[in-house]
Amino acid sequence: MIADVLAQTVDSTGGGTGEAVLFWILAPVAVVAALGLVISRKAVHGALFLAVVMISLAVFFIALEAPFLGVVQVVVYTGAIMMLFLFVIMLVGVDASDSRVETIRGQRSAAILAGLGLGVLLVAIVSRAVFSDWVGLAGAAPEGSVPAIADAIFSRYVWAFEIVAATLITAALGAMVLTHQERLTPRPRQRELAEQRFASGSGSAASQLPSPGVYARHNAVDTPALLPDGTTSDDSVPGALVARGAVRPSDEFTKHEPGELEGDQQ
Amino acid sequence: MSPTAYLVLASLLFTIGGVGVLVRRNALIAFMSVELMLNACNLAFVTFARMHGNIDGQIIAFFVMVIAAAEVVVGLAIIVTIFRTRRSASVDDESLLKL
Repeated sequence: MIADVLAQTVDSTGGGTGEAVLFWILAPVAVVAALGLVISRKAVHGALFLAVVMISLAVFFIALEAPFLGVVQVVVYTGAIMMLFLFVIMLVGVDASDSRVETIRGQRSAAILAGLGLGVLLVAIVSRAVFSDWVGLAGAAPEGSVPAIADAIFSRYVWAFEIVAATLITAALGAMVLTHQERLTPRPRQRELAEQRFASGSGSAASQLPSPGVYARHNAVDTPALLPDGTTSDDSVPGALVARGAVRPSDEFTKHEPGELEGDQQ
Repeated sequence: MSPTAYLVLASLLFTIGGVGVLVRRNALIAFMSVELMLNACNLAFVTFARMHGNIDGQIIAFFVMVIAAAEVVVGLAIIVTIFRTRRSASVDDESLLKL
């Protein structure tokens, strides 16, 4: 429906001011987001910037009388491909960011220089070339672009379409084969795990971990339990809390003589 | 809007993607820059399709999208496999493959 509304703002011969407004709003957004992809240090931010670029390109496709491609762009690119990227980023580690050390000396500045050269060349050529004005797809696709694309894909391009389908299946199988890992040893069952614990020799490994400290003033997982000699047991608090520094010292709740704490009126 | 504006935008996006491939060493970001280049080419294809009044450009852009999806699947699988063995997503580590 949005595609219809957008398509109505656009004149088929490309003279509409709506299209100009659309272009001058979205084109800077796309370019800035593309720069953000290249500059951002974290891969997650790069993926989000790329999603912005792809969505603005989808709007451009719809404005360019290709509503089918616009929808496919959203569904395939921002839907499927970006999800895949985000999954892999989560798998590889969200915090993994580039080191700024150059492996080849001067490679970065040379690359930026070459990129600038390419950009200046392309833009100069494209902007100096004389293009004919829009012909528009009204003649080639009188019933809209979807029937025209379907007509072409299933007649002239049917062989390419079949090959593309075979490529997709091959790619899916290839990805499964590449990421498949054969287990070399059988997975240890509960019995083997218990035997391992007893065989390790220490008595504490055989039993469960001690529960966290239970005090009159505080009773939660962030306080360690006390051992018989008065020291705290490191095993009684989760390691994740220790790593975050969220563990409270237990002497806040113990070892107080009556009247030592403020407000203790006994 | 003239076709020139769209084509300049496509060339800008293509250039930014190319610089990203050359500059970034995180394999995932380099890969995303390749996707950006493919998208820029698609924009040029669709622009030319409308300019010439010919549906073929849109069909090529459609095929580019499908092949890009297949390419992403295989490429990400390779990145995941390398990450499993090398614990790194940097493109420099692949230099260990050579003798």
